[in-house]
Amino acid sequence: MTAIAMPPPDQAVIARRKEILSALQAIVPGEGVIHDEREMRAYETDALTAYRQLPLIVVLPETVEQVSKVLKYCHEHDVKVVPRGAGTSLSGGALPLEDGVLLSMMKFNRVLDIDYANRAVVVQPGVTNLGITRAVEHEGFYYAPDPSSQIACSIGGNIAENSGGVHCLKYGLTTNNVLGLEMVLINGEVIRLGGKHLDSEGYDLLALMTGSEGLLGVVTEVTVRILQKPETARALLIGFPTSEDGGRCVADIIAAGIIPGGMEMMDKPAIHAAEDFVNAGYPRDVEALLIVELDGPEGEVDYLIGRVEEIARANKASHLRVSENEEERMTFWAGRKAAFPAVGRISPDYLCMDGTIPRRELPKVLARMRELGDKHGLGVANVFHAGDGNLHPLILYDANKPGELDAAEAFGADILRLCVEVGGVLTGEHGVGIEKRDLMTDMFSEADLKQQQRVKCAFDEKHLLNPGKVFPVLHRCAELGKMHVHKGQLPFPDIPRF
Amino acid sequence: MDATLKPRGATDVEDVIKWAAGETQPLEIVGQGSKRALGRPVQAAHVLDLSDLAGVESYEPAELVLTVKAGTPIGEVEKLVDDNGQELSFEPMDYGPLFGEEPGRGTIGGVLAANLSGPRRIKAGAARDHVLGMEAVSGRGEIFRSGGKVVKNVTGYDLPRALCGSFGTLAVTTTVSLKVNPKPETSATFYLAGLDDQDGVQALCDAMGSSAEVSGAAHLPDWVDGGKSRTLLRLEGFKSSVDYRMKTLQERLAGFGKPQILEEQGSKEIWQKVRNVEPFAARDTPVWRISVAPTAGPQLVARLKTVFELDAFYDWSGGLVWLSCTDGEIHQAKIRTAVEAVGGGHATLVRADPSVRSDTAVFQPQPGPLAALSRRLKEQFDPKGILNPGRMVSGM
Repeated sequence: MTAIAMPPPDQAVIARRKEILSALQAIVPGEGVIHDEREMRAYETDALTAYRQLPLIVVLPETVEQVSKVLKYCHEHDVKVVPRGAGTSLSGGALPLEDGVLLSMMKFNRVLDIDYANRAVVVQPGVTNLGITRAVEHEGFYYAPDPSSQIACSIGGNIAENSGGVHCLKYGLTTNNVLGLEMVLINGEVIRLGGKHLDSEGYDLLALMTGSEGLLGVVTEVTVRILQKPETARALLIGFPTSEDGGRCVADIIAAGIIPGGMEMMDKPAIHAAEDFVNAGYPRDVEALLIVELDGPEGEVDYLIGRVEEIARANKASHLRVSENEEERMTFWAGRKAAFPAVGRISPDYLCMDGTIPRRELPKVLARMRELGDKHGLGVANVFHAGDGNLHPLILYDANKPGELDAAEAFGADILRLCVEVGGVLTGEHGVGIEKRDLMTDMFSEADLKQQQRVKCAFDEKHLLNPGKVFPVLHRCAELGKMHVHKGQLPFPDIPRF
Repeated sequence: MDATLKPRGATDVEDVIKWAAGETQPLEIVGQGSKRALGRPVQAAHVLDLSDLAGVESYEPAELVLTVKAGTPIGEVEKLVDDNGQELSFEPMDYGPLFGEEPGRGTIGGVLAANLSGPRRIKAGAARDHVLGMEAVSGRGEIFRSGGKVVKNVTGYDLPRALCGSFGTLAVTTTVSLKVNPKPETSATFYLAGLDDQDGVQALCDAMGSSAEVSGAAHLPDWVDGGKSRTLLRLEGFKSSVDYRMKTLQERLAGFGKPQILEEQGSKEIWQKVRNVEPFAARDTPVWRISVAPTAGPQLVARLKTVFELDAFYDWSGGLVWLSCTDGEIHQAKIRTAVEAVGGGHATLVRADPSVRSDTAVFQPQPGPLAALSRRLKEQFDPKGILNPGRMVSGM
């Protein structure tokens, strides 16, 4: 399955495999270099499993010095490098290259410093997202961004993808919760950005690194801010006869000045699949189901529950339950959290898409999505982060039926183009990777993409870090450096001047 | 042939920059010029004045998204969102009082270029945390867009955030999209009187580690008002919630003394004073803005007090130290050495004569590889070095 083409492998590099292997073994001794085909199989894909490729060699460094030496070697010898965290990327960000070294950071798995007074934790990039919370929860703290893969995904990967989750509307994405990084550039240089203080001086390279999908550098240490756990959390389960009613309810909650800790919506196919799977007590006779979670001080949460109830009733809610205890709250969430595997039970395969739209466009987008489904002959179930308009349409298909995967991919591309058309974006939290790479031109002009690639040139002029991801066309930096400027006298007679 | 050019649209800006790049004519980029005294003086024959590039492009309160032209006055932006029960949560500080100018001036483009934020930084983030997308013109004279108009987006590199705090040296922003938030129903300030710097900042850090959701944490030593010091903690939100959290704070900080409370108006006034550095407004001594880990703030000040005469106060739970050298010298080396000694951070010289700022590393100098990377980034955006040359770093 190779609908998305990767850059043609450099046969000269592949021919040098032995030499590269021994050089890497000299840098990372023992079992830190994997070259046996069978052992490398574990690295041939990430969570976008439709795409697989064995890497040239896998390297698992343990020290910053080793990372630096590996990158420096690859830079000097023109060998491509694909950085990898836990391999949970859903957009193919960690897909290996036949002519590239796969650099796994999973041996960087230690929590280095917990500083409660300054509300900062310093960890190595291989620590899992949930691992950070686990390290501080006994003192009542947690790390806010919560991608659904948080039990497995690494914080280094979270930085690469600028991961989000249910909490993001209220608490921000990774980019809003990272204070500092230590990273290695492709030439082997080690730099530090930020720290326990706020707002680094100079250019905000931390912003560029966060969400850069492994194209700019390799993170070796991360400083994140931690927050005090909210005193309490309660959830409402609200069903609506139409998605329009649900959409309006979401808008009214926000207009009332309420920013919930989480606000998730499911459409009918998703509700049924989830209910069949976990018996969460979801109503089956609704078109849209909303879960609104309010967290914070107890007094505030009780007050806001009442407000949200009023808003829901005003928007024709046909079903409304408020969690009365922690067990009930978890039950409300159980269906939503199991929605993906639940859909997996009703369809042999599914593609999980990820785009963001302005919330007001929701009814239109859902209706159009059904039409597109008819066009491609496939069904779709929807779960999404209603608070921020981040959609996750699950396209149902059967890989064993000839042509269905192609149809599913074409359907997915149509959905993402639709997101852009209504004023949204191609990806809200999963990244561009290879999956959405060829759609970038639907969202950005040539000039937009060239400017993005010029950033890449500042960090990695030879395009050795994770090439083939994010950008549909690889421009050489020399070509991007050319300027076409009009020479001449001060020419603009129309512009006012003083 | 010195000119001030006032473009009315992005294509005008594109024309001007194309010409400037072709002729290698440096431009000073200004909005209302309210922050001209910040950073290093720019050496440019021509001025690109963006103040006519103003107006709201779209505003949808229910989407929490506002899109405006970069030259729109910040006061107009704040009023517009306020009229809709919303706010810019990063509470941008106003340099007017500190620079001896009237308050309330500046544009949204300038706010982002300087990445301004106020006391709410500790909870809500800085300007860069609220920018969603922008249209800008690079030093090559090319219009580009990046980001979007929705609050959750990871499509491509985050150029909009990266342009924040770049002081117009990478590109000229023409339009910005921002995330806005609901305005809290009410606010109140809890304060403790008479604590020294060390205890004051400890109280702030204790409160920040509680579930009280503090949105402002500052310590004003006794010199500020000529009486007792004040350790301030701001709570915002729905009235019942603020009352409830006030009790949480009282219990948590019982060991620090008997608290007093400033209700809404008094609370607003004191935080405006902190936000706009008003304690140093009436003086003309050099002022530094120093960012360190919160607990390091008092250590830094204590260390520097043994070396020269100064006054200082603390925002951001102790992590933002505003420091005035009362002897009139700038003490650059001593300050930067002390910042390193307390665990690192950065020190910016924000108020000094232009001649002094010309000869000083106004922003924190960077180690070699980082400085080289920043330079490469500048060259990619602005290869001819025509946008605000020297504003941040000499020769760049």
